[in-house]
Amino acid sequence: MSEALDRSGLRAYTNARVALRSTGTSLATSEQLDLALCLAEARDAVHAELSTVTLVPRLTALGLEVLAVRSAARDRAEYLRRPDLGRRLSVASRAELQEPTQGQQQALNGAPAPTPPSLAIVIADGLSAIAVERHAIPVLEMLLPMLDKWQAGPVAVAEQARVAIGDEVGEVLGASATLLLIGERPGLSAPDSLGAYITWAPRVGRSDAERNCVSNIRPEGLSYEAAARKIAGYLNQARRLQLTGVALKEEQDQLEQ
Amino acid sequence: MPYRHTIRGITYAFESLRDLLARASPPRSGDELAGIAAASAAERVAAQMALADLPLSEFLHEPVIPYEQDEVTRLIMDSHDRGTFVPLGSLTVGEFRDWLLSEEATGDLLAGLARAFTPEMVAAVSKLMRLQDLVQVARKIRVVSRFRTTVGLPGTLCSRLQPNHPTDDPAGIAASILDGLLFGAGDAVIGINPVSDNVATVTTLLRMVDRIRERYRIPTQSCVLAHITTQLKAVERGAPVDLLFQSIGGTEKTNASFGVNLALLDEAYEAGLELRRGTVGKNVMYFETGQGSALSANGHHGVDQQTCEARAYAVARRYQPMLVNTVVGFIGPEYLYDGKQILRAGLEDHFCGKLLGLPMGCDVCYTTHAEANDDDMDALMTMLGVAGVNYIMGVPGADDVMLNYQSTSFHDIAYLRAALELRPAPEFEAWLEREARMELTLQGLLNA
Repeated sequence: MSEALDRSGLRAYTNARVALRSTGTSLATSEQLDLALCLAEARDAVHAELSTVTLVPRLTALGLEVLAVRSAARDRAEYLRRPDLGRRLSVASRAELQEPTQGQQQALNGAPAPTPPSLAIVIADGLSAIAVERHAIPVLEMLLPMLDKWQAGPVAVAEQARVAIGDEVGEVLGASATLLLIGERPGLSAPDSLGAYITWAPRVGRSDAERNCVSNIRPEGLSYEAAARKIAGYLNQARRLQLTGVALKEEQDQLEQ
Repeated sequence: MPYRHTIRGITYAFESLRDLLARASPPRSGDELAGIAAASAAERVAAQMALADLPLSEFLHEPVIPYEQDEVTRLIMDSHDRGTFVPLGSLTVGEFRDWLLSEEATGDLLAGLARAFTPEMVAAVSKLMRLQDLVQVARKIRVVSRFRTTVGLPGTLCSRLQPNHPTDDPAGIAASILDGLLFGAGDAVIGINPVSDNVATVTTLLRMVDRIRERYRIPTQSCVLAHITTQLKAVERGAPVDLLFQSIGGTEKTNASFGVNLALLDEAYEAGLELRRGTVGKNVMYFETGQGSALSANGHHGVDQQTCEARAYAVARRYQPMLVNTVVGFIGPEYLYDGKQILRAGLEDHFCGKLLGLPMGCDVCYTTHAEANDDDMDALMTMLGVAGVNYIMGVPGADDVMLNYQSTSFHDIAYLRAALELRPAPEFEAWLEREARMELTLQGLLNA
């Protein structure tokens, strides 16, 4: 239909799938197979399990205290059908989190309570464990030095988890804010996109309008450094305004403009 | 009031009309998530049998969400055309299905009765229908809308060209527009979902598409699908707004979650009409909907997701829209689990919309976490084509690189037109036949 026209140059301007090769009105075989591979990779990403075994030592190496937790969803099949369960900790994980952490134990033993606001960090598999495994550590490596006005940690590594699980983790830990890094829903062109959610005063039942989000973190999208700067910006604003969500976003947008 | 049905000595009871509708609904994950689905396959059929015996007039006596609590219920009740409903009033839901499928119920007759039907009536009858019934009735009804093109004529299939880009980059968007136009897509609208919901972005993108349209004299309309309040601000600042877009749902609470209500939509409609930018007609509104949005917003009041969806069409038809489409598989597997559920939902939505008098299109789509793939999309788009859908989406390679979901491609539109012998909108077809496309270049688009 349009083969007479040269469309090959279009690809330089967008990562959208323009200028695909056709046969008749249909896609050429190689294009069809390429799309099939991209879908296969995205589907594999959705169903991949988070490798806590490799993640935990890398977090410990950053000087962070690490806690492994699970949501109330038993497996991926239940996770996909029951978002409500993915937003809550399992009974066992909640009980474990309620045990005083090392830091809190020291405080109980007579050390003064921390004056800077405390930040609970949650690393959640979400819909792409691959995104978490590839990008969570590099983002934290960039981010932690920017958080000098915070007491960062501990880190909860959460399986079968959705965004709102950060509310319960933060609440149980008594944190001033939660930073949650989570695997976003894979697209055909981005199976490993990481999202970051910042919630001030995390409590079970917070709505999504009460948090801020930094999306599409991956080398081909928002770089680690740019993402870390945005996250730190939101956190520092949140500390000043004592809130997150729509009101904070509008301020941040004005700053960026 | 309670309803009951007895099968082989077992009596199934349903505590309200809302409960009866939910339990009569063909299975889907969203109703299960809400805890309102039938507990067994037999209970579902018992509910369908009880529903089949129910007079249509019952829906006027027992709103599924109280009149006092919900402005969408008030809209449905207050705009119901009791005069044309009189001859239908004695039918049961089962008899209504039989009549819809009979030769007596012609497309013209059905189109004239649109305001006699309420969303709950058409949702109810759809629950007694197989997929072929949903196709058979919908294909009788043509709902035609006009702005610069005429969409919905018999024998045509139009498309929304959806040139989204992950950073709203004008050159990237122009590249996708060019690719789509070369394939004959874009006669329903060139509609961009922006990443940034602000007036500056909306205005920049609208100006670009408008210049392209003017330079190459392309008969179509444009839209940047930001929040309606952002689009209204762009109108105030003189941006070239053709169609005004908004996502809507079937309850007041769902609409509140989208940041809209009827008063705001009324205001937008008036503003759109005043622009007078259409050349062949003045349908100025564009709405998107989708099963599951009410539950997602915790605004479903125990009403099943398909009935909530049909109620959204009562909101849409208040504004004589140019375009309405369900974004059927976008919401995810917790609402529509797999290809089978998406297929049925897409055909239900198209059927209900057409019966209620809407120019229905469909975003035939799925996400990577649903149990679906291209084969399921092929089945849905082909059945919708047979059912006479007004338009589908055109996304490069069906891969939306901004919204991260799989829709339909420029190739899919070409396939459907070829397989079912369907043509573009007449104004757009005339432009295609002039071979004006041969003049298109990316530099030309960017410098338009």
